[in-house]
This record gives sequence, C-alpha cells and structure tokens, in this order.
Amino acid sequence: MSANGKPKFAMYWAAGCGGCEIAVLNIGEKILDVDAAFDIAFWPVAMDAKVKDVQALPDGAITLTLFNGGIRNDENEHMARLLRRKSQILVAFGSCASEGCIPGLANFSDLDSLLDTVYNGVSTDNPDRIRPQYEYEAPEGTVRIPVMAPVLRTLDMVVDVDYIIPGCPPESHQIAAVIDVVLAALRGEMELPPPGAILGAGQKAVCDECERTRGIKKIKRFTRIQHMAAVDPTLCLIEQGILCNGPATRSGCHARCPTAGNACIGCYGPADGVVDVGARMMAAIASVIDSRDPAEINRILDGIVDPAGSFYRFNLAHSLLKAARPAWTAERSH
Amino acid sequence: MSDTFEPVIIGFTCNWCSYRAADLAGTARVKYPPNIRLIRLMCSGRLDPAFVLKALAEGADGVMITGCHPGECHYLVQNYRTLSRYLLLRRLVAQMGIEPERVKLVWASAAEGVHLAREITRMVEEIRALGPLDWPRRLPRPTTVPPALVPEEVPA
Repeated sequence: MSANGKPKFAMYWAAGCGGCEIAVLNIGEKILDVDAAFDIAFWPVAMDAKVKDVQALPDGAITLTLFNGGIRNDENEHMARLLRRKSQILVAFGSCASEGCIPGLANFSDLDSLLDTVYNGVSTDNPDRIRPQYEYEAPEGTVRIPVMAPVLRTLDMVVDVDYIIPGCPPESHQIAAVIDVVLAALRGEMELPPPGAILGAGQKAVCDECERTRGIKKIKRFTRIQHMAAVDPTLCLIEQGILCNGPATRSGCHARCPTAGNACIGCYGPADGVVDVGARMMAAIASVIDSRDPAEINRILDGIVDPAGSFYRFNLAHSLLKAARPAWTAERSH
Repeated sequence: MSDTFEPVIIGFTCNWCSYRAADLAGTARVKYPPNIRLIRLMCSGRLDPAFVLKALAEGADGVMITGCHPGECHYLVQNYRTLSRYLLLRRLVAQMGIEPERVKLVWASAAEGVHLAREITRMVEEIRALGPLDWPRRLPRPTTVPPALVPEEVPA
C-alpha cells in the first residue's frame, strides 16, 4: 500500500510493439477507475518513472503488474525478474509475453541473419555493414546497450507468472472485464481466479463464436485469400480453401476476423486442450484434404505456402519445439 | 559422430496391424534393434502431430509412425488422414530445421513382422547416419554476461 492507501499498479513493455499499451488505454472511461483504485507506481508509457524507483520498493509492494512483450535481451530479463520480485500478481499481458507473438517468429532464424536482415536488408544503405556494438568506449565512459539473446523467450520461461491475458492485443472489453474482477477482489467482494488462469478470454475455439456455416469439409485446393476472386460471406473459410487458425485458437474476440471476411490468424493463442497450435492445425487441416493419393495430397499441400509460419504466427516461442534449429545451434557452437 | 551414438526412436503403432506385426516379429524371433520404443495407439489416425513434436522436443532422434495399409484401416479411412498429416508434418519439421527423414511413415499389416523389423532396422541406421537431434530443453540466454544494470541519475 502506498501513502494514499491505494494498491500499486505497474505496466511494463518488453519486446513487443506497444499495441498492448494502446489496448489498455482503449478501455475508455474505465481507465479512470484504474486511476481511482490504484496508485500507478511504474508505467513508462503513461508516466515518468525510473527503474531505481521500482528497485527502491520493498519486495511485493506492487499489487498488480501487467507485463507485455517477450524476453529478447538481457534488459527485458532483468526487468522481468525485478518486477516479479516487486509484484504480488504478475500478469503475462498479451500474446508476446504469453507466447512470443510476431517477435517470436525471429526464432526461425539465427541471430546473425536476423541482424543482417535489419541492418543490411534491401531497404538499408549500409555498405560497410555497420552494426551496433553492445559496448562502446566513448570519451565519457563505456556505453552499453542491452545484449540480445539468441532466441526470444516468453515471460513464463524466465519467471513465474500468475495469470495470462491473451490476445494481440487483448480486446479492450476483455481488459475492462479483468480489471473489474481484480477491483472486486481488492474490495473483498470476490475471490481472485486460481493461479495460472487465463483471464479475459473464452475456453473454446474461435470456430465456436464464428457465425459462418460449417458443413462437411472436402478440400481439393488451398489458396490465399488475396488470390480469390470472391469470398463467400457466410461459408466457413476453410471450406473455401483458405487457411484459418480458428480451430486451434482460443475464443474471446467474438471471431472478429472471420466475421469481417478474413481468416483467423491465431492471436488469442491455443484454446483449452490445445498443446501446440501447429500440431492442432496440422491435424485439422490435413483431415479435410479430399484425396488418398500421396502425389495429389502433396499438390494440395503446395497451396499452403508457409505451414510453420502460418500455424505458429503467434506461438512459435511457446510451441513444443520453441525455436527452429538454426536459432539455437549457432549459439551452441560458441 | 562417435561410434557409441545409439539413436532413440519413438514408434507409434496401430493396435490392429503394426503392433501385432511387432508382436509377430517377437514370437518369430525376428531381430530388430532395441533403439525403437513402441507406443500402441488404437489407430494411426489417433496420432496427434503434437505426439511427434513432443517426442522430438524431449530427446527422441526420430519418430516412426506405423499404420494399416491404405484401404485396410480398422476404422475405414483414418489412415488416409494419417497420410495427409504426415505429409504436412514433414514440411513443418523441415521448416524447423529438422531433417524430414527423422519422421517416417510405414504401413505394416499384422502379418508383416519381418517387413516391420526390416523397416525399423533401416530407420535406426538412417538416424545413426544423421546423428543426434539433441533438441534443447531450454532456450539459450544471452551469451555475454550482462553487466549489472545500475540506473544512474541523468540531469534533466
């Protein structure tokens, strides 16, 4: 408790895009309830605060910390450990913190080629192939920037996490609902959910919320939605030969993308009972292929241009294999 | 690769065909290397691709999926689904940097003990030639030991 008697709140942004922060601000006037109920101890996007202020707090002084972004460098890891120590409830907030999300797709390649893409890509004029150095001796002293890890890890691979709020970003109405629960628990009106719970989302798959009609699926050809002349507005997208991650993805978004005519990309993470999104998608997609001939099946599968990237778009860092071989073998050979 | 590398292969068998083929190989004293650990499923169609990924992630060097010959599935058509899943799975593991040869599909009826034993022997030698997969249990952290992050006061 702080001097004004309010519990402390923190939000931190590690390896992510910042959309989670925007989603929190997007909850509308509910943000005033957050401000009324909490003393904001640390929230670099919204207000000025220093890491040393957090370090000065006693352990467990922060009641609720929303941590968004994955763990990509040593600074992310340091902040994750610091906030874990200082927080009673640490929430992996959003897809990056809970399952790696788009930054986690870098786990397909090794760090060297990743940096090469960034600093020597087609859009970058860098003939001397200059890259930032982790340490630089300036006249004023040594300048250090955070050291990148060979792979991106999720928050729960680094510290214990109390709750997960999935989504890229979490839907604002879901955030608002979770905040209501936490506020009610603080007032003693209800119990907090059991540790490890996934908050602000459904249990079933996106298909359960999707309004499109589902029939018996027999697919002879997969295609990308942008290559289709017309998309049937009422028929299941998979039945039209479009890859849709709905069967493996957690509900909670009211099937926004399929309703709007686009395929589910899987941002709400694995549904209950799904161990690995890629595995579930492989099982689902392969079952609807209407062929018994290996050569024809392979021709149909050619329509899925990038199976691993499509299925694991949001989950690679938290999948069973976690990172492709180049990402960790380059590191091992050191 | 050292001569002592003994690959670990997880074999998924179907209750109605390949499990009995393995049984038959045993009763007929047909030898196959002990590198394969057989797990019985009711049908190859029960094989969730997650089983294969989990086996590879947790230390197996290869996975053999076995089932009834096309047209002979005890549950009519499930082995055709296995075929499609297997062909898709091979593409996905290749993208993860795993040699697709580490995942193999073999059809073996209950009478084909010799055939199954031969396929197992062949796969063990193939995986031995490929070397260990040795998938890491934990993802690596930064190699450089991070200097302690000491926040310092910066004049405004």
